[in-house]
Amino acid sequence: MSIKRSFLGVPIHLGTLLLAFFLVGGVDAYAVNPDVSDSEDAIQAGQALFNANCKTCHKLDQRYTGPALRGVTERRELDWAKQFIVNSQLLIQSGDAAAVALYREYNNIVMPSHDFLSDGDVMNLLSYIEYGDTAEAATEAGAVGEGGATGGGGVPSEYLTIMLVVLVFVLLLILVVLGLIVSVLTKYMNSSDKLDDEDKAFINQKGSVKKLLTSDGFIVIVTTIVLALVVKTAIDGIYGVGIQQGYAPAQPIAYSHQLHAGQYEIQCQYCHTGVEIGKSANIPSANICMNCHMHIQNVGGQEGISPEIAKLYDAYDNNRPIEWVRVHNLPDLAYFNHSQHVVVGGIECQTCHGPIEEMEVVYQHSALTMGWCIDCHRNTEIASQGNEYYDKLVLLHADSKDALKVKDIGGLECAKCHY
Amino acid sequence: MRDNKKTYWKGLEQLTNDPEFVKHADKEFAENLPLHKSNEDGSASRRDFLKMMGFSLAAASLAACEAPVRKAIPYVTKPVDIDPSVPNYYASTFVSGGDYASVVVKTREGRPIKIDGNTLSPITQGGTSAIVESSVLSLYDKQRISGPHINGEKVTWPNFDVDLSSKLSSAGTVKIVTNTILSPSTEKALAAFAETMGNVEVVTYDPISNYGITKASETYYGVGVLPSYYFDKASVIVSFGADFLGTWISPIEYSKQYSKGRKISKENSNMSRHFQFESNLSLTGANADYRTPIRASQSGLAVLALYNLLARKAGAATVNAPAIEINHLSKAADELWANQGSALVVSGSNDPNVQVVIHAINDLLQSAGNTLSLAQAAHFRKGDDARMNQLVTELNGGSIGAVIFYNCNPVYDFARGTELAEAIAKARVSVSTSEAMNETAAKVQYLAPDHHFLESWNDFNPKVGEYSLSQPTISPLFDTRQAQESMLKWAGVSTPYYDFLQANWRETFFTSGEVSGDFQQFWDECLHNGVFHVSNEGLGEPASLGDISASAAAIGTSYRGDNTGTELVVYAKVGIGSGAHANNPWLQEMPDPISKATWDNYLTVSQKWANDNGLKMFEGATKLANLTVNGKSISVPILVQPGQADGTVGLALGYGRTDAGRVASGLGVNAYALLDSSKGFVNYDVTEGVTVELTGDSYKIAQTQTHQTYMDRNFVVQESTLGEYKKDASAGRYHPKVYKEGEFFKPSKISLWAGHKYSQHHWGLAIDLNSCTGCGACTVACQVENNVAVVGKQEVLNRREMAWIRIDRYYSSPTGATSNKELEQAADNPEVIFQPMMCQHCNNAPCETVCPVVATTHSSEGLNQMTYNRCIGTRYCANNCPYKVRRFNWFKYHDNQDFAGYNVAQNDDMGKMVLNPDVTVRSRGVMEKCSMCVQRIQAGKLTAKKERRKIQDGEINVACAVACPSEALVFGDMNDPESKVYQMLKIQENTDSAFKEVNEERAFHVLEEINVSPNIWYFTKIRNKDINEA
Repeated sequence: MSIKRSFLGVPIHLGTLLLAFFLVGGVDAYAVNPDVSDSEDAIQAGQALFNANCKTCHKLDQRYTGPALRGVTERRELDWAKQFIVNSQLLIQSGDAAAVALYREYNNIVMPSHDFLSDGDVMNLLSYIEYGDTAEAATEAGAVGEGGATGGGGVPSEYLTIMLVVLVFVLLLILVVLGLIVSVLTKYMNSSDKLDDEDKAFINQKGSVKKLLTSDGFIVIVTTIVLALVVKTAIDGIYGVGIQQGYAPAQPIAYSHQLHAGQYEIQCQYCHTGVEIGKSANIPSANICMNCHMHIQNVGGQEGISPEIAKLYDAYDNNRPIEWVRVHNLPDLAYFNHSQHVVVGGIECQTCHGPIEEMEVVYQHSALTMGWCIDCHRNTEIASQGNEYYDKLVLLHADSKDALKVKDIGGLECAKCHY
Repeated sequence: MRDNKKTYWKGLEQLTNDPEFVKHADKEFAENLPLHKSNEDGSASRRDFLKMMGFSLAAASLAACEAPVRKAIPYVTKPVDIDPSVPNYYASTFVSGGDYASVVVKTREGRPIKIDGNTLSPITQGGTSAIVESSVLSLYDKQRISGPHINGEKVTWPNFDVDLSSKLSSAGTVKIVTNTILSPSTEKALAAFAETMGNVEVVTYDPISNYGITKASETYYGVGVLPSYYFDKASVIVSFGADFLGTWISPIEYSKQYSKGRKISKENSNMSRHFQFESNLSLTGANADYRTPIRASQSGLAVLALYNLLARKAGAATVNAPAIEINHLSKAADELWANQGSALVVSGSNDPNVQVVIHAINDLLQSAGNTLSLAQAAHFRKGDDARMNQLVTELNGGSIGAVIFYNCNPVYDFARGTELAEAIAKARVSVSTSEAMNETAAKVQYLAPDHHFLESWNDFNPKVGEYSLSQPTISPLFDTRQAQESMLKWAGVSTPYYDFLQANWRETFFTSGEVSGDFQQFWDECLHNGVFHVSNEGLGEPASLGDISASAAAIGTSYRGDNTGTELVVYAKVGIGSGAHANNPWLQEMPDPISKATWDNYLTVSQKWANDNGLKMFEGATKLANLTVNGKSISVPILVQPGQADGTVGLALGYGRTDAGRVASGLGVNAYALLDSSKGFVNYDVTEGVTVELTGDSYKIAQTQTHQTYMDRNFVVQESTLGEYKKDASAGRYHPKVYKEGEFFKPSKISLWAGHKYSQHHWGLAIDLNSCTGCGACTVACQVENNVAVVGKQEVLNRREMAWIRIDRYYSSPTGATSNKELEQAADNPEVIFQPMMCQHCNNAPCETVCPVVATTHSSEGLNQMTYNRCIGTRYCANNCPYKVRRFNWFKYHDNQDFAGYNVAQNDDMGKMVLNPDVTVRSRGVMEKCSMCVQRIQAGKLTAKKERRKIQDGEINVACAVACPSEALVFGDMNDPESKVYQMLKIQENTDSAFKEVNEERAFHVLEEINVSPNIWYFTKIRNKDINEA
C-alpha cells in the first residue's frame, strides 16, 4: 500500500517540523549577536540605563508600551538596533521598512530620542537586554502561561501569528487527507462482494446536513456557545463602562505636549504647579502660559500670531478663563493626591500619564480603574530612603525577604482612597 | 462588681419600661415607616410604573452611554496663596451682638468651609460652640438680602445713598438701635456719623439681657460694668439660675475655665464643687454636683438667705429677709466661707436688686481680684433695658425722625416687639442694616444689608486689654456693603471702612506709643494671630459702696417664699440662643442637650404637673396646652422635663420667628412676646398671672432621647464620687469577668480573634466624662466637617437622624419606677450624665464580620472603615452594632426637593459651597458612620511624609476634639509614647498589638463584657460629692 504510506507520511513529516519549530521558537529561538558582551559589569551598567530611560515603556520579555526587547540583536542587525535606540524617528523618517512597520505596530507612539547615550552605553544597554534578569523572564513567562493570557511569553508575537496560520493549514490538510481516505475505502469496500445489503447500505449512507442541524446535540452546543459569547460581551461591556482609556477630547486651544514637553523639554512642574503641593496637579492658569508667550507668538519663528496663541491672548486680555476639557476623570468617590505620589512616592509623571511628551493631543494613557491603582500599589516599593516617617515600618519589615511595598503598609485598604 | 446600684434612664418611658419603648429599643430600625411621602395605600401607582420603566431604560442604555464631558477651568491669573485642594486658614472673630469667639476660618479654593477656635485667644482659648461652628452656613444662605432696597424695591448703592442721606439730614432726631457693640472702630464710625448728623443717639439692648448685672455694678461699685469671671480659679461655685456653661454671657470661655477645675487624676485630685439653684434643668445644672430645684419666686430670697448666712460668719450686718428653707443652701454657705478668695457666686437673674446682693456676697468672699474682676471688665453686654423701653414709648409717640436698626431685630427679640412693629411706621425714616431678612427689616423703608461676618473687616474689644480682628475670608457674595461703611458714607465720609479701621489702630496703639516699630508689621502680626493684648489697660478693682439694704428691701417685696401659682421661667436653648441664628438647619437639628428635642420649643413641666393633669408623654407624643401670661395666650406643646422645679414651667426663646427664612419661619412659639419690661428691666421670670391649660390636641415633638438605646445592657456610663475616688482610683468602675473552664477571665483575655497588628499608628480617642458638659459643639463640628445631612423634623420623628456623633444624656435615680408616684420621685431631681457616643472603632468589630460585601473593614491603623461605594445597604452592620452608631441613608438627601427646606447645605448651589470637598456626600441606600475624620488623618500623614519626618502628637486632630470647649475629647496615636492619649491612658509598654493594656484606673470601654475592644476609651465621671451621698 504505497499510496497510503505516502499519504500518512505527510502529516508525520509536518508534525516533526512543527515540533522542531516549537522547540526552536519557544526555547532558543535566537542567537545573540556575539558583539554584545555578557559581562556582569556591562549588564549592571545597562540595567541602570534601562531603568532610567526605558523601563516606563519596555519590558525584557513582555510586550508593553513598546515591544519585548530580549533577542533584538538576533532579530535585527546590530547597527539597526543601535540607530533605533539612539533616534528612532530618524530611522523611521528615512523610510526603513522594518522601523516603519514597528512604528505602525505600536500605534505610532514615538520613542524619545536618546542621543545622549554613547556607543558604549548602548552596548551596555544591549548587554542588559540580552542577558539581564533572566530569572524574572522565567517567572513572567510562567505566569503568563498559567494565566492563559495572550501576549507572547518567550515567543515574539509575529511568530505566534505565523504558527497559528501554519496550524490552521495543517488541520485543513488533515481534513482533506481523511476525506480522501474515506472515499478510497468506500470505493474499495463497494468493489468487494463479500458484503450483504445491509452493510452496503451502511457504507453508502449519506450524512444529512438537515438532520445534523436539527439534532439536539448540535442545538445545545450552538446555544451554549452563543450564550457564552453574549454573556462575555455583556460583562466586558459593563466592565468597560466609564473607562475612558484612550480618551483624547479636542481642546479649546490645540496645545501640543509634544512640542512643549517633548521638543522644548519644559519640566512638567513648571506648568503643573500643584503636582508637588496638593491633590490637583493644576491645569496651568493663563498667566503661566504668558510667562513665555508674552514673547513667543508663533510656532518655529514664523511671522504673525498663531491663531491658537491668539486664543490665549484673548482669554488673558479679557480675563476669561480657558475651559479645558478634562481628560483624566476620577469618580468623586475616589480620593487621589498628586503630591503623595510625586513627592513621597517619587513616581514619574509618565508612569500613569504615558509618553506625554510625545502626545500632540493628550489622551488618557492608563485605564484609571481601581484594579489599575491596586496593581500598582501591590507592586510598588515604598520610597522609604531618607524618610523618617517610614523608619519604624522599615525596621519591622526588615525580616522579610521582599521589599517594603505599598500593600504592606495598608495601601490596599478602602479608607486610604474612599472617605 | 461595682457597688453603684443606680438606675440609668434616657427618658421617662425607659424608666417605666413602657412596652412600646421596649419594642423600639429592641430594634435598630423602626418598623413599617413609609418610604414614600404620598401613596399611603402602598400599591404601585402609574407614577411608580413609569419610574420603574425609566429605571429599566436607564439600565439598558447604561452600556451605551458616554461619560459626560467635564471641564477643567483654571484661573486666568492664579492668586499666589491659593492652591487648589490646599486649605488656607485665617484668624478672625465671630461676633453676634455681644456673643464673642475668636476663631480660625478654614478656606478651600477661596470658600470658607469650617470654623475652628483660635487657640491664641486668652478668652475663648480655642473653644467653640454649636452656634459658632454653624455660622459658616449662614454665609451661604441664598435668602440673604441681595442688595440695597427702598420700600421693597431693589436700587443701586449710589441711588440709595443719595436718597437716604437727604432724608436723614432733614429727619431731626436720629436713633440708632443696636445690640452690644464690641468694636471700638464701629463705635468711632457711629460717632463720626453722629457728629455730622447732630442729634443722634445710640440705644443699646440685648436680646438676652444682663442689664441687671451692669446696673447692679453701677449701684454697688459706681461703675456700670460686667465683671470678668474666672471659674478655673474657683474651688466652690454657686450659681442661681446662671447657665454659664450653656447660654449665659460667654459660655465658651466659662466652659474652658470650668473644665480646668474639673480635670482630676490620681496625682491631682482637686476638683471644684458646684452648687446650682434653678427652676429649669439647665446644662449647667445638669453638670452641678449639688442641684436644688427652686421656684423662680424664691430665687431672690435664696440669694438673700445666702447673704445672711455668710454675713453671720463674717460678722457683718445681716439684712431683713423672709425666712426660706432651701436644700443645700447652708452647706453651700459653709463651703463658700471655707474657700474665701477661691469662691464664686453668680446669678442668671436680670433683676438689678438680686445682682446687687450677688455683688455683696462676692465682696464678702473676697472674690473680686480672684475669681472675678471688675478691673478687667467684660464688654459682652452693654444693653440698657430701661433706655430701650423708653425708646419704644418715644417711637410710639411719633417724636422720632429716623431710626436705624444696626444689625438687630427688636421687633422679634425685645419684650415690647409687637408694639415696636407698629411704632416703626411713625418714624419718618426707618433703616435696617441686617444682612438677612428678619421681623424688623420687614417693617422698615430702607434696607442697607451688611456683609456677613466672614466677608467683613472689623475689630473687637471683648474685655479690657483684649483686642481681636476679623478679616474677610471671601469676596462678598451679594451686593451688600459693610454697615460701618454705609454709616460713614451717609455721614459724608468716603473712606473705606478697612482704611478707617486701620487708621484707628494706628492712632490708638501706635501714635499713643503702645506699640513701636513698623506699623505694617504690627498690623500683619495682629491679623495673623487674630488677637492683640494690651497689658497696661484697666484700673484696680473698684471699692464697693457697700449698701444693699435698698436692694434687700426690694427683693423682700417682689419675691415670695410661698407662691402656689404657676411660674414661667423663660430660658435660652444652647443651640438656638436668642434666635438670631435660628434659620440655620444645623442648629435646629442639633438635639437640645437636656431635652434632646429638635426643631421646636415647648413648655417644660415637671412629672408632678403631668401626673396632676393626667398627661402621659411617650417618645415625643404629647398634648398642646394653652399658656396664658397676663392676658396673652399662646398654644404650645408640653414636654415633661425631669428636674423641673415643681410649680414652674419653662419656655425657650428663639422660636416663633415669622420672617426668618425658609428654615426657621413658623417653628415653635415666640417667648419674647410674654416678657415684661415694665419694671425697668426685662424680666425672664414671670411669677404671677400664668396659667397652663391642657387641651385635647395631640402633638409630636421630635425628641432623639430614646433613639439608639442599648438593649438591657447596663454599665454603659460609669461614675463615682470624689470621696470614693480618693480612696480608690477605680471607684465606680465595673470589671466584668467571663467564665471559662472553671475560671473567671477579663473579657479581653478570651477572644475568637487573632487580633490585628498596628505597626505604625494606632489611632484612639480618650473621652473624659468628667469634662464633657454636653454642650453639643462637637456634634455640629462633625456635621460641618463630614457633610452630614440634615433630615428635618419628620425624619427625626421617624428615628432617622444622621448625626455621626451624638451625646447620650442619662438621668439616674436610686431606683426604677413602676407607679406614677415613683416616677415622680425619680424625675424630681435626677442626676445627669453626658456621654458622647460615636463609632467606637472596635478591634473586634461586629459590623465587619456581617457585611456580605465587605464594605466595612478594618484598617492597619485601628480604624473601622466604611466604604460607601461598596455598600449595598443590607443594614446588617447597623443591626449588629452594639453601640447603635451607624446611620442609614433612607433617602437621597442631596439634590432632593423634598429636603431642600432643611438640608440647605446639600441642595442649592450656594449652600453646597460649604461642603467639605474631601468628604463624599453619601447617596441613598448606603450606611455611614464616624470615620474618625480619616480625611484629616490622611492629610496629616501626607504632610509628615512630604516633610520626611514623624508625626508629632497634636498635629492631627479630629473635628469633635478640636471644637470641644472643655477638652473632654483627646485624640492621638496610642502607639506613640509621646502622645497625650498614650500618657492619659497610661498604656503599658509600647506594643503594636491592637489590645492595649491600660493602667489608668478611670479608663473603661463601654460594654467591656462583649469584648469588641473599642479604640475609644472613656474616663469615669467623678462627682464632687461627699462619700455618704453617693
